[in-house]
Amino acid sequence: MDLLTLLQLFDSSLRLSTPLLLACLAGLFSERAGIFDIGLEGKMLASAFMSAAIASYTGSVWIGLLAGIGASLVLALVHGVASITFRGNQLISGVAINFLASGLTVVIGEAWFALGGRTPQLEGASRFHELMLPLADPLRGIPLLGPIYSDVISGHTIIVYLSLAMVPLSWWVLFRTRFGLRLRAVGENPAAVDTAGVSVVGLRYAAVLICGVLCGIAGAYLATALSAGFVKEMSAGRGFIALAALIFAKWRPWHAMGACLLFGFLEAFGNRYQSLELFGADVPVQLMQALPYILVVLILAGLGGKAIPPRAGGEPYVKER
Amino acid sequence: MTQSDTSLAIELRGISKAFGPVQANKDISIQVRRGTIHGIIGENGAGKSTLMSILYGFYKADSGEIYIGGKKTDIPDSQAAIDAGIGMVFQHFKLVENFSVLENVVLGAEDGRLLKPSLSKARKLLKQLADDYEMDVDPDAIIEDLGVGQQQRVEILKALYREADILILDEPTGVLTPAEADHLFRILEGLRDEGKTIILITHKLREIMEITDSVSVMRRGEMTATVQTAETSPEQLAELMVGRKVLLRVDKTPAKPGAVVLEVENLRVVDEQKVERLRGIDLTIRAGEVLGIAGVAGNGQSELLEVLGGYANGTGTIRVNGQPIDLTGTASDARTRRARGIAHVPEDRQREGLIMDYRAWENVGFGYHHDAKFGSGIFMDNAALKADCVAKMERFDVRPPDPNLTAKNFSGGNQQKIVLAREIERNPDLLLIGQPTRGVDIGAIEFIHQQIIALRDQGKAILLVSVELDEIMALSDRIAVMFDGRIMGERLPDQTDQRELGLLMAGVTGAAA
Repeated sequence: MDLLTLLQLFDSSLRLSTPLLLACLAGLFSERAGIFDIGLEGKMLASAFMSAAIASYTGSVWIGLLAGIGASLVLALVHGVASITFRGNQLISGVAINFLASGLTVVIGEAWFALGGRTPQLEGASRFHELMLPLADPLRGIPLLGPIYSDVISGHTIIVYLSLAMVPLSWWVLFRTRFGLRLRAVGENPAAVDTAGVSVVGLRYAAVLICGVLCGIAGAYLATALSAGFVKEMSAGRGFIALAALIFAKWRPWHAMGACLLFGFLEAFGNRYQSLELFGADVPVQLMQALPYILVVLILAGLGGKAIPPRAGGEPYVKER
Repeated sequence: MTQSDTSLAIELRGISKAFGPVQANKDISIQVRRGTIHGIIGENGAGKSTLMSILYGFYKADSGEIYIGGKKTDIPDSQAAIDAGIGMVFQHFKLVENFSVLENVVLGAEDGRLLKPSLSKARKLLKQLADDYEMDVDPDAIIEDLGVGQQQRVEILKALYREADILILDEPTGVLTPAEADHLFRILEGLRDEGKTIILITHKLREIMEITDSVSVMRRGEMTATVQTAETSPEQLAELMVGRKVLLRVDKTPAKPGAVVLEVENLRVVDEQKVERLRGIDLTIRAGEVLGIAGVAGNGQSELLEVLGGYANGTGTIRVNGQPIDLTGTASDARTRRARGIAHVPEDRQREGLIMDYRAWENVGFGYHHDAKFGSGIFMDNAALKADCVAKMERFDVRPPDPNLTAKNFSGGNQQKIVLAREIERNPDLLLIGQPTRGVDIGAIEFIHQQIIALRDQGKAILLVSVELDEIMALSDRIAVMFDGRIMGERLPDQTDQRELGLLMAGVTGAAA
């Protein structure tokens, strides 16, 4: 494997890990506040569809992005109302959202565009394009560091950089601000927050809405940056992989980035080496593409130590007498 | 009249609160003077907690008025209570277990959007409070690494950090060793001398007599009396609580120990986290005697009961009437234990003693359902089980004596009587009984204590585990103190005192005796 191949591999790892990272951070905010969310997948899918549809209609990817975030927020609110206001089961609500998004995107897509559930191909200003970072070309000549900067770090859409910037930002919000302290507390012991005179419901809605925004960006990225349009089920389980990454990261932002980059790398690796010869035997392409999912199983089986979720996670808060 | 005496920290006028058909508080009026410690005593379900929840903004009273410092105050939520200068230390602490002390103290009372300035301000204030009231707590310690006594101090610090003038403590000594309780009382006295007002909710008469200036008694949602502590006696308070004369001491004759019933040698238990919870327990109990196990909750007492009762694994030797019993394998289950003459009244009656959604007769029938008397083959004879339950309910004075009522609809005391009836009527050689009167009202405590002594006098061996030192002292013929999975020592009840036992409970040996 030469350096160029390796750089290309890292380049596409970064691109593929972006939606995972955004979804993972989305889940992190929600779950740190004690609301389990297996509806990340559904929210991403809804946003992917809505962003592509609106971007194609208006010709502006930015309006598409806002529409995608809007669609994701609507589903986040549904989850919030079900699990916070009505104290319903968070898993069931999440499952419902996934089914809802999976069905509605195709039905509405067919009704609007009659393309078998797809949206039209996005071109020009209706999708995100790669940005060349300053000095990418002149620096390319520097050995090793030059190509890394020019070929791996430079040349991505703005959302890739946004997602990377979200990592320190999330960390700062969670661990250096009043809001973060309260948000983490409400996921550990809502009674402590309640008796301290802070609204448990308000905090949890805030967390769920942040989750909605981040999932919305992740979904829009899938349809308007990674691809050029929506196809049915295009989230392809990324919401669930993000959840596994969240567990692997033990609900910490920097670790989440590491976990998502690993998943992104495995996906890129599987895509690149569709036929790999190992010890004289052909490794089937299916196995290569299954790599991220194999890691999911290993993580859930306990690889990487015991992950302790926020203690009040999954449980609606009922004031006790 | 909307003005009120300003020497009063709190005045409640005609507070009423109903939950459906249940009148939890009925026209309660109370006056608490500034700079005093005021006790509120009453049995479980008397309405103490409801009243305090109203004061802390958890519930809205149906009618009545609250005056804080002479000013009529509305308390719609906890924030309003905090703003009015009320701090509450709940029975179950409201702390975030994996946060530091400092973070818990500032939570909800931060100075601005950023944490750093709040935390450094809190650090300074905590140091000062620690110096003022001997409340030393490491500000950077994580809550779950602290003992309960220290966690409670964090709760008090939380209230003080919010500049509370009125501190309400709900059953604060339930989880403390006697030494920790003494320390708490010293802190409270210090706070009172600074002019703070303290409301102490408890069901322990001794604490009321020891520390309060005045005391209000609640019974069935009503305030039955408010008296100066100096002018009352435990007997009078007990009578006011229960509504009839109560025998506070247990009447018993000296034990007549017979043959050895239970022998335990080098019993060890390792829990799921690979922590050794029992580190080699040796004990014997003879027929006709009560061995009391004293100790702060969580020092291995529960594991001891579980292993003896047959639902946890351990290593070592246990002999009942001279015959060893299996500690592992299929013959180590509770059913086999029962057949060998061991009955068990578990510590947590609502989780281990009863199925709360099952009816009384079903609960009483557990463990008997294999008996030929109550069915054959795969069928149970429900009518026979019900009739049996009615008889047992009568003998154990369970109220109401309705076998069809679900367990959760009985009061704590009556739930305990149901479990006792089931276990004692089995006529065991050895009764294991954990926290027999936790959450049980005084009237029922009297009855349960009498039953335990009566069983002893029939020549049964009894292993009593309780965190209530008074109960241990009153019932036991011998007292063993457990600390950190070991038995620290054995004492005779008439040759020891609370102080010595308290030291043993804290793991201090040699200092006393």
